[in-house]
Amino acid sequence: MSALLEISGLTAHYGDFQALFGVDLALEAGQTVAIIGANGAGKTTLMRAITGIAKVTAGSILLNGAEMSRRAAPDILTAGIAMVPEGRKLFPSLTVEENLRIGAHARQGNGFWTLERLYTLFPILRERRDHPGTALSGGQQQMVAIGRALMSNPTVLLCDELSLGLAPVVIREIYAAFPTIRESGTSIIVVEQDIGQALKVADHVHCMMEGRVTLSGRPADLSREAIHDAYFGVNHA
Amino acid sequence: MIWLDTLIQGILLGGLYALFAAGLSLVFGIMRLVNLAHGDLIVLGAYLILGLGTATGLHPFLAAALALPLMFALGWALQSALLNRVLGDDILPPLLVTFGLSVVIQNALLMGFSADSRKLPIGPIEAQSLPLGPVTVGAMPLITFGSAIVVILGLNWLFYHTALGRAFRATSDDPVTAQLMGIRPRRIFAVATGIAMVVATIAALYLGARANFDPAIGPARLLYAFEAVIIGGLGSLWGTLAGGLVIGVAQAMGAAINPEWQILAGHLAFVAVLLVRPRGLFPRAND
Repeated sequence: MSALLEISGLTAHYGDFQALFGVDLALEAGQTVAIIGANGAGKTTLMRAITGIAKVTAGSILLNGAEMSRRAAPDILTAGIAMVPEGRKLFPSLTVEENLRIGAHARQGNGFWTLERLYTLFPILRERRDHPGTALSGGQQQMVAIGRALMSNPTVLLCDELSLGLAPVVIREIYAAFPTIRESGTSIIVVEQDIGQALKVADHVHCMMEGRVTLSGRPADLSREAIHDAYFGVNHA
Repeated sequence: MIWLDTLIQGILLGGLYALFAAGLSLVFGIMRLVNLAHGDLIVLGAYLILGLGTATGLHPFLAAALALPLMFALGWALQSALLNRVLGDDILPPLLVTFGLSVVIQNALLMGFSADSRKLPIGPIEAQSLPLGPVTVGAMPLITFGSAIVVILGLNWLFYHTALGRAFRATSDDPVTAQLMGIRPRRIFAVATGIAMVVATIAALYLGARANFDPAIGPARLLYAFEAVIIGGLGSLWGTLAGGLVIGVAQAMGAAINPEWQILAGHLAFVAVLLVRPRGLFPRAND
């Protein structure tokens, strides 16, 4: 059986600069996949390429067998891939509730995620619903960004650097929502610099370096040394 | 008493200027596009109302109602076919293209309608007035001002209480992230320009009902509109109304002192406000 999301030979450029070199990656339905790597490894570019924000120059992205790599960003969202972007990117002119509602802008029909269910998942957002989105703390903004992406009822949720700039207790609070998200039928790809957190939530881990996947495996099968070497680019050969 | 009368006439005139400016403000607020053809598009709207009225025999108010959807379609098409292509990080191409459009519209109107000045025949209501306390005000200036308030209220409602308005604000904040929400910025821009042209048509009705118009008066209307938008603070609709009032009152006061000073007084008020509040009266926090 083919995977829910199957990425093969993915190549992307920023002008003349090549940011991705033939990346292969698969996400099975119900799984969480983590992508780790240092700054500049190409993780965010990979997320932007999947969602249609960065231009794909070669390779393919199949969602349930349908090609996504030539589609525009709004079409990719409608097909079922939503993203929590790096830096959260809430809309400053919109309140918390409006930020959540705009996530459902292109949604057709009903689905699991409603405002009510999001407020149950993140109760603090109900209290802050009329505040400007950007007036919240970093962790609360991250909750809004996750909720906004969920409002489209995605098949695949991409989370780019959820833990960036957040305190450990806040990071735990945010990752505590993952089981509910998976139960709603959404499969997840997380990009993380926090290796420990990534290993905890993921069924499968890929380590990236300089635009390539340098190590892949199940967390239990990967030794600390192997991850360390792949992350920092140490070559023992 | 003469000063109170002048003040009220100025405020009512400011309503007309706010109508000129509201469409400009809307488009600037959403896509940071300064449409230098806005004044000419208002004049085009006035000719369209005149033409529809002549062809159908309808009163200009009803002809304007017919013109509204046509002008919406024109705005939508203009944005989709032309302006979307030149929007980008560089602000110069849209300025050049809308400047060219302004020249094209003026010359097309000149060819189609000659340089003769026209007026919308609105009938006896033009001469009607009503007592308002110690002063008497004309019915048309009052209707114009009322329309300006309704238009600003309507645009505010659209902006802050509808899904479309939410998409307008999100696209204005961050067009890339808006695409991740399934929003297509170019379509949003096309709808916005369509709405701006609807407002321009309402402005055109009162422009043509108030005084003579000819193909060459667009740029001066643009100037008043532009001053109103800047006085108000870029992108703020209530600010735009306030800006229109400042220009209107200044012009009325200037004219009361010396009829030759009317236009100059408006421009001086503009400069005076900018000296004190360079970002306008009600600037947006994130500009």
